[in-house]
Amino acid sequence: MIKLERLSRDFQVGDQVVHALRTVDLEIGAGEYISIMGPSGSGKSTLLNILGLLDRPTSGRYWLSGHDVSALSDDELALQRQRNIGFVFQFFHLIPRMSALENVELPMTLAGARPADRRGQAREMLMAVGLEDRMDHRPDQLSGGQCQRVAIARAMVMKPGVLLADEPTGNLDSHSGDEVVEIIEQLNEQGITVIVVTHDPDVGSRARRRLVLHDGEIASDSCAGDPA
Amino acid sequence: MRLLDTGSLAFEALRRAPLRASMMLLATSIGVAAVVLLTSLGEGARLYISGQFSSLGTHLLIVLPGKSETTGAGMIAATTTRDLTLADAAAIARNPRVARIAPVTIGQAAVSFAGRERDATVLGTTATMLPIRHWTMSMGAFLPELDYDRSSPVCVLGREVREGLFDNANPLGRWIRLGDQRCRVIGVLGDTGTAGGWNVDDLVVIPVASAQALFNAPSLFRILVETTSREAMLPAKADITALLKIRHRGEEDVTVISQDAVLSTFDSIFRAVNLALAGIAAISLVVAGVLIMNVMLVAVSQRTEEIGLYKALGARRRQIITLFLVEALILASLGALLGLGLGAAGVLGLRAAFPSLGFAPPAWAVAAALGTAVASGLVFGFLPARRAAGLDPVVALAGK
Repeated sequence: MIKLERLSRDFQVGDQVVHALRTVDLEIGAGEYISIMGPSGSGKSTLLNILGLLDRPTSGRYWLSGHDVSALSDDELALQRQRNIGFVFQFFHLIPRMSALENVELPMTLAGARPADRRGQAREMLMAVGLEDRMDHRPDQLSGGQCQRVAIARAMVMKPGVLLADEPTGNLDSHSGDEVVEIIEQLNEQGITVIVVTHDPDVGSRARRRLVLHDGEIASDSCAGDPA
Repeated sequence: MRLLDTGSLAFEALRRAPLRASMMLLATSIGVAAVVLLTSLGEGARLYISGQFSSLGTHLLIVLPGKSETTGAGMIAATTTRDLTLADAAAIARNPRVARIAPVTIGQAAVSFAGRERDATVLGTTATMLPIRHWTMSMGAFLPELDYDRSSPVCVLGREVREGLFDNANPLGRWIRLGDQRCRVIGVLGDTGTAGGWNVDDLVVIPVASAQALFNAPSLFRILVETTSREAMLPAKADITALLKIRHRGEEDVTVISQDAVLSTFDSIFRAVNLALAGIAAISLVVAGVLIMNVMLVAVSQRTEEIGLYKALGARRRQIITLFLVEALILASLGALLGLGLGAAGVLGLRAAFPSLGFAPPAWAVAAALGTAVASGLVFGFLPARRAAGLDPVVALAGK
């Protein structure tokens, strides 16, 4: 599904070069459930951005579903994101002037889907996250947990193979956070590859495979049940 | 993305930023309204001037003494121009292309009645002056029909002269003193104001022979000639020039001008002025365009996160450019329509305030204003749109 080969990412900060990722090799199979943990500045967000095709590696290769995506143009990357990747962000990134339903429709709207098609699809997604009675509410009329569930519905409306979640519980109380994690786990059970970046050890330890980054390198890569 | 969806996304974004949207609408609409109003003013002035000229009389020729064209240096010795005389006027009147003529002498004289005295412009002419100039009478009658060389002690007063000498008393039949002569008031001119350079209200009109006696001068100031038709004007002009050349011993020492020549000169001057006005107003549209650009740039930076989200969700560069351009276009078009409305209201207001002036924006000005508004929206909307499309999605999502 995903294969990274000697991938690195440097940033120029003033006249210093910061190595956010150093020669990372990683393989993720379809349907895996992975958490990426590590202290601030360890490179986990950079890794997630590259996995999500929002950012490009400085060097190395990235294969997504068998295609080399490390040398695609901006518009080709946008197309890949649209088809293959769903994003869930810490701060939800819902559009405040749109209803929950319209927010969920948005990826299909951008893709040029017909209104009737996308409306039906978006309703199904909102029902799947338990918000069938909140479809016409705007984000400011929803709780944080409900907003994040809308965001998950939006991430899945194009039926991507990969769900990338960047601190999905970081802005929620523990009860809402649990609900969100449960929904994400249900999606994984349906065969979606789930990659979660988190600070929270409770959330991170629920994943079957746990990746710990340190100074831009993979410090550990363990599976549930392995000795720590 | 579907066109309708692009439009509704852009429209919703505007609807949720009413202050921003209304600022840009205001700027554009003021620009368009300025073009409409200024060109209406110019057009109104042009029509007014044309109207003034045609009120001087239709198919009118004016004969003046002296040659206005420059002549060769050898002519200096022969510049003893002959005066225009009543005999010349009578000869012109016999031409079959001429419907009627009015000889004119003019001068200043003191008028007095019962101890009240004032200066007035004395116009010596004939009964034909009234129809040629389309003057009206407010009371009494105009000059009687007399032979050109017959004087008569009668006069017709302009409104101001009548008020100055008689206040509201009835002047008809009264004898007033005019220079060293006395004459009886037989009529008062209607409220005509200024027409063709003379303040009609300040005139004392007397028979032409009386005026020649008063000023002790046999020459005429002008001869107004009304031809039988518009087509007759050019041949009549040639006839008169030739006739007077013979009468003045072979010297071409008069100038015949037609109302048309003056009118078309004024017309072209006013068209130029109007174009200049439209140009000045168009600058305000460009200023509106710059404002649209700035406000759109602010909008782009305010909506950075949203743009980042669009990109994360798979929006391509062109989609984001289109989205912002459509926003600018919606604003510019609405602003232009609003400006047309404002301009139309202003024109109606002007018409109500000055009913005698025909205020109306020329069609080309309306089209140019709308075109410029929409074009400046597009041109100045492009930079912000491109900036939005060029944002790095990672940075944009972080809201930096």
